[in-house]
Amino acid sequence: MTVPVGSPDSPFLADAAAGWSAAYVHIPFCARLCPYCDFAVVAGRQDQTDRYVSALQSEIAMEPSWRPLDAVYVGGGTPSRLTVEQLGYILEEMRSRFGFGDRPEVSLEANPEDWTSSLADGLRRSGFNRVSLGVQSFDPQVLRSLGRMHTPEQAETAVLNARRTGFRSVNLDLIFGTPGESAASWRATVDRALNLEPDHLSLYALTVERGTDLSRAVAAGAPAPDPDRQADAYEAAKELCRAAGLVQYEVSNWARPDHGCVYNLIIWAQGEYLAFGAGAHGHRDGVRRRNVRRLDAYLEKVEGGHRPEQGAETLEEWAREQERLIIGLRRAAGVVPGWGGETLLLSSWGRRLERAGVLARKGDRLTVLQPLLGDEAARAVLALQPRER
Amino acid sequence: MNIRNFSIIAHIDHGKSTLADRLLERTGAISEREMREQVLDTMDLERERGITIKAQSVRLDYRAGDGRHCVLNLIDTPGHVDFSYEVSRSLAACEGAVLLVDAAQGVQAQTLANAFLAIEAGLEIIPVVNKIDLPAAQPERAAAELAAVIGVDPDDVVRVSAKTGGGIDELLERIVRDVPAPRHRPDQPLRALVFDSYYDAYRGVVCYVRVVDGSLDEGDSVLFSATREKHQATEVGVLTPRAVRVPTLGTGEVGYLITGVKEIDRIRVGDTVAHAGVSIEPLPGYRDPKPMVYSGLFPADGDDFERLREALEKLRLNDSALVYEPETSRALGFGFRCGFLGLLHMEIIRERLEREYDLELVATAPSVAYRVTLTDGSVKEIRSPQDLPGSDRIDHMEEPFLRAMIIAPSEYVGTIMELVQARRGVMEHMQYLSPERVELIYHLPLAEVVFDFFDNLKSRTRGYASLDYEPHDYRVSDLVRVDILLNGQPVDAFSTVIHQEKAYQYGKRMVERLRRLIPRQLFDVPIQAAIGSRIISRETVKATRKDVIAKCYGGDVSRKRKLLERQKEGKKRMKMVGQVEVPQEAFISALQADAGD
Repeated sequence: MTVPVGSPDSPFLADAAAGWSAAYVHIPFCARLCPYCDFAVVAGRQDQTDRYVSALQSEIAMEPSWRPLDAVYVGGGTPSRLTVEQLGYILEEMRSRFGFGDRPEVSLEANPEDWTSSLADGLRRSGFNRVSLGVQSFDPQVLRSLGRMHTPEQAETAVLNARRTGFRSVNLDLIFGTPGESAASWRATVDRALNLEPDHLSLYALTVERGTDLSRAVAAGAPAPDPDRQADAYEAAKELCRAAGLVQYEVSNWARPDHGCVYNLIIWAQGEYLAFGAGAHGHRDGVRRRNVRRLDAYLEKVEGGHRPEQGAETLEEWAREQERLIIGLRRAAGVVPGWGGETLLLSSWGRRLERAGVLARKGDRLTVLQPLLGDEAARAVLALQPRER
Repeated sequence: MNIRNFSIIAHIDHGKSTLADRLLERTGAISEREMREQVLDTMDLERERGITIKAQSVRLDYRAGDGRHCVLNLIDTPGHVDFSYEVSRSLAACEGAVLLVDAAQGVQAQTLANAFLAIEAGLEIIPVVNKIDLPAAQPERAAAELAAVIGVDPDDVVRVSAKTGGGIDELLERIVRDVPAPRHRPDQPLRALVFDSYYDAYRGVVCYVRVVDGSLDEGDSVLFSATREKHQATEVGVLTPRAVRVPTLGTGEVGYLITGVKEIDRIRVGDTVAHAGVSIEPLPGYRDPKPMVYSGLFPADGDDFERLREALEKLRLNDSALVYEPETSRALGFGFRCGFLGLLHMEIIRERLEREYDLELVATAPSVAYRVTLTDGSVKEIRSPQDLPGSDRIDHMEEPFLRAMIIAPSEYVGTIMELVQARRGVMEHMQYLSPERVELIYHLPLAEVVFDFFDNLKSRTRGYASLDYEPHDYRVSDLVRVDILLNGQPVDAFSTVIHQEKAYQYGKRMVERLRRLIPRQLFDVPIQAAIGSRIISRETVKATRKDVIAKCYGGDVSRKRKLLERQKEGKKRMKMVGQVEVPQEAFISALQADAGD
């Protein structure tokens, strides 16, 4: 059984997730593109959704059979741009191809402006039991600069409705550090989110990704997110979440007990997951694969009877160990030190991180105590030469 | 044979090389088709900067107006203050000098400095005003100034335009008329002066010689008096300007001598060549060129150390003034402490290393040689701040002073005095060369001139001031060593010896600059400037607060790893100084900026 029983930051969950199985489905459709987003997305191609869903069904059918799934995650893009029926077909295809484990986590990302009671009812009937709402902020001005189309009230209504409809877990995504967002505005956003008593909260620092409208604007002189102010915002939110009884279990994720996200736990445990759809990434049998990113290329490939794979990578043993550490150390539970952890602790970089209070060994776990400085630890791991075992 | 040995001496850009070209052309030494601009400046750098670094000589065959056939040996001299030693070597091989002045600019500091060198060497001076074709030319004013300086009638000043060729014939006649022929002592034993040398990859060291007494034949067995090296003259010849082998170089002649010696160090410029086994009185010797400015040169990439060593060895083959010894810096790794004749010399060497040998270099702040008297009475010369003993062992320190000559339009006197006083200058005297132009003589610490003094002088005077200087003496001075500390650890590359009054300013400037250059770390990094244990300035690089990728979802795993991999490469290039990671570029920028501002 895969219900994440217990505190989301428990080492037991963190390690157990390595043996679970997930599938990710990517839905690239959006009503319009957000300026900061660098995912595989398209706007104005709503007429292609039927074709896309059929392609997904074909791609799922082409995947060699596998273990029953403990978690399914339908992300995007904007999955709520599809109809309940279309989403139901996708889920049905997966269920019949791989089977579901006992009480699987079935998640869907949705935008507040798409949320309706009938969508909620339909999703529940199709088997979705977790919803992640792209709320981003409760400040209308911040929503505008993020290019989001919903109002704070729509977001609130959607959360309350999802809760009433009986989704087992409701997550809110929030973004902080948008230029122009004041400390007070961010606090108010977090307060209002916490008042809705979400089971799960993802708080992401606005990041300028290459190739986005945001990065072009910044290059042209628009204000960039300020890392120090983002750190302030992060610390403030951390305190509010703690007071509200949410437990931080990864750099950007909080949940109440029994509500850690199974799909995420699998990824951070270097576990395996299938992936379907344009631009989707999977990890199966030790191989990391990625699908073609462009919608048309994806459709063509699949309709031509081919798997839409664009590339694959199999990591050497040491690189795999380094990967386990760099993803795993993002979790509050940290990692079992192992080969890589011991090497790190003996290196000058590791000692420096320990001295600076960033890295610590506690019992049989190696953890990053200051999640905001985590990349320094990750770079140190990558700079290591493997020690003889 | 009617021989005339002469040099042209001039301030930079007054047209010396163009005049030399015109003389070569007019005497048929080189045809117009062969005529490259400025034949005597052969190095690329010389051509670009418009200056002559290495002296060369050329033989001109000239039929004078009275029908006599004459051999004119033109011995080129460098035109920059750093190379005044080379000028003196060249002048010693001559009996006369053409003193050239730009008709628009008039007498400049180097004109005077070189004129005095020539007068001291007992040379006959032919005053010449050049560029009379220029619209801005004031030949009469320039001629009057020039005449006043050397004490002749303004009517005796030759007016030429090296560019158009006007006046060249008259100048040639004046050279034949006024420059004394070499004293003939052909019956005496051979004495020849080595006034320059260079290294040729195929022929070894080529010496430029002036035969003073006797004659030098190919095949002669010769002895270099100072080094006691005995060799055979495998080839002698003249430069027309191409090397032309001749059986004999007679008394008064100028030419080249090849002995098969491969190492430039074994030939000392200023030495006297004699016949082996014949005892002679050596000609008045030369001082060794003495470096005035020192700087550490380090390869930006540590793997290039050997290449840097080889490049320096090669440069030294043609430049005995360049000295260097290995130096180790905790911050910059392995490199060399190099000594230069002056700032221009330093810049030229750096540029040649970077350009001709494709090296990327980090240079530490230029420093001068300080003289330290220790409490035990012994005296030590300090060329690098690292070598300075602890203050408890120092009785007193002295620093080198220059005697600097500045010539400028009189309206700039105020601003020049301001600049020189800020640089701790002491006036020796001031005199008006004409109602519009003034000459100022100052005693200045060399260390103050090493940085940007000349640039500053130029900008304050809109380029009208000229500067020349010579080493003067050492003076007791209130000097301190300023160290820059990173997280409590001194960074050797940034230490400097400096006058007490300037210490605070230097410390503050470096500390502020480093605060901007050093990336934020896991912890607060104090940057301090200190004199001994006393902190005189402090800044802090605040600890990084956020350094983490916000999102790590399924599709991100490989991408995140690759992004971090790229960042890691930068991490490997960092130098660790007292637990602080410092990018190599920060050292380079901090040091470069210091030379600039």
